[in-house]
Amino acid sequence: VEQTTLKRTPLFDRHRAAGAKIVPFAGWEMPVQYAGIRAEHEAVRTNAGVFDVSHMGEIETSGEQATAFLQHILSNDVEQIPVGGAQYALLTRPDGGVIDDLFTYRVESERFLTVTNASNHEKDLAWFVEQVAEFPGATVTDRAGDYAMLAVQGPRAREVVQAIADRPLPARMTAEQRTLAGRAALVAGTGYTGEDGVELLVAPDDAPALWDELLELGVTPVGLGARDTLRLEVCFHLYGNDLMEERDPIAAGLGWACKEQTGFIGSDAIAQTRAAGPAERLVPFKLTGKGIARQGNAILAQGEQIGVVTSGTLSPSLDVGIGMGYVRPEFAAPGTQLEIDVRGKVRPAVVATKPLYPDEETDG
Amino acid sequence: MADASYPEDLLYHPEHDWAKVDDGVAVFGVTWFAQDALGEVVYFDPPEVGTSVAKDEPYAEVESVKAVSDVIAPLSGEIIEVNTALGDSPETINTDPYGEGWMVKVRLSDVSETDQLMDQATYVESLS
Repeated sequence: VEQTTLKRTPLFDRHRAAGAKIVPFAGWEMPVQYAGIRAEHEAVRTNAGVFDVSHMGEIETSGEQATAFLQHILSNDVEQIPVGGAQYALLTRPDGGVIDDLFTYRVESERFLTVTNASNHEKDLAWFVEQVAEFPGATVTDRAGDYAMLAVQGPRAREVVQAIADRPLPARMTAEQRTLAGRAALVAGTGYTGEDGVELLVAPDDAPALWDELLELGVTPVGLGARDTLRLEVCFHLYGNDLMEERDPIAAGLGWACKEQTGFIGSDAIAQTRAAGPAERLVPFKLTGKGIARQGNAILAQGEQIGVVTSGTLSPSLDVGIGMGYVRPEFAAPGTQLEIDVRGKVRPAVVATKPLYPDEETDG
Repeated sequence: MADASYPEDLLYHPEHDWAKVDDGVAVFGVTWFAQDALGEVVYFDPPEVGTSVAKDEPYAEVESVKAVSDVIAPLSGEIIEVNTALGDSPETINTDPYGEGWMVKVRLSDVSETDQLMDQATYVESLS
């Protein structure tokens, strides 16, 4: 058996001190919860929470062909990102399979920072390096070790970070350099919770003091457990659950992030799938009674399997089981009645609309 | 949640279940360690009265926000009562794991199985 050492972020001691439960995650020792998933979830929905997402990786692309290279490998239209802008895109194989989903920040005209999922960083980096060979004017650099990353999210997140910032914070979907409590940070108006907020990329050595500063300002530390319930309530995809190399972006509902006219790797296959319609569609669902669906549960209609759950949890905001799963297209319309086989118990569910939260009832 | 505690009048199973045995009948539940590892319990799926349970085998499921876990029977027998209150307030398993958070009452089929369980001191030792 291969013995692998789990990596620790610069905030590991802070997590311990805050009473976190630490679990292995994508090769890292990460906090899954501190006070409890429900309380942390609530803090982000009503106030402000901070997540250590330093396990995520960064790849820098620079040089006169940087834009051309990224346009070749990313599914979205990279040329449309203004300097100081951010964009979501997929990294796809020639057959359209999803290698990763990632945010790219245009730091300078020909300098970009792409944030990878921790579990995919090495794979993504190898793909970048392999493909950049055709672009002698572009340089790919692994920057994963150069950044710690904090996500501050919630209705009060901006207010709190603003209080320690030298200038007004960048708007949503933009990213600019700021000084936070005397430390340089790339501040991005992005997140993974459905709430307003910012993500902060800082030097690893600066992360603990910044963390302390945020906690002193009343920000709640939030672990991976609530990160999952928060993102699932707003139907954000989780790679490895809802996205994988064996599934395509159209089936995943991410056609909006694919601009086939740019000719990126995989664009032909994706254009074909878009034209013909995907074999399955990812839908959000709610259970209408008791029970909590989990990843891998079969989705049924009239007793026949028509899909599979890829993410499932209890929604702390709605207090019902929620999730997402791939179903045959004829069962994808909102309102379609489904059944989910939760370890042998058949639980009724209904196809819902995105986002699951806030829904009409809770949003007034 | 309350601080860690392990009452001395209970018997303990290595899967972090307890049994309180009295005159051939036992009450089962999960230990403080188990509820702490689970996190906030949001769902308890009880067995039915009359079901047989076998030592070391699962007899119920508890779910936290994060995951589902089997609850293992520390002893064998037949279920004669289920704590139905946990259906509406499963979080009692976290707040009072040895009291209101009890799960089932079982008529034991082989009282001698209790010899295989740990006393409080042995169980606490096993956690360190």
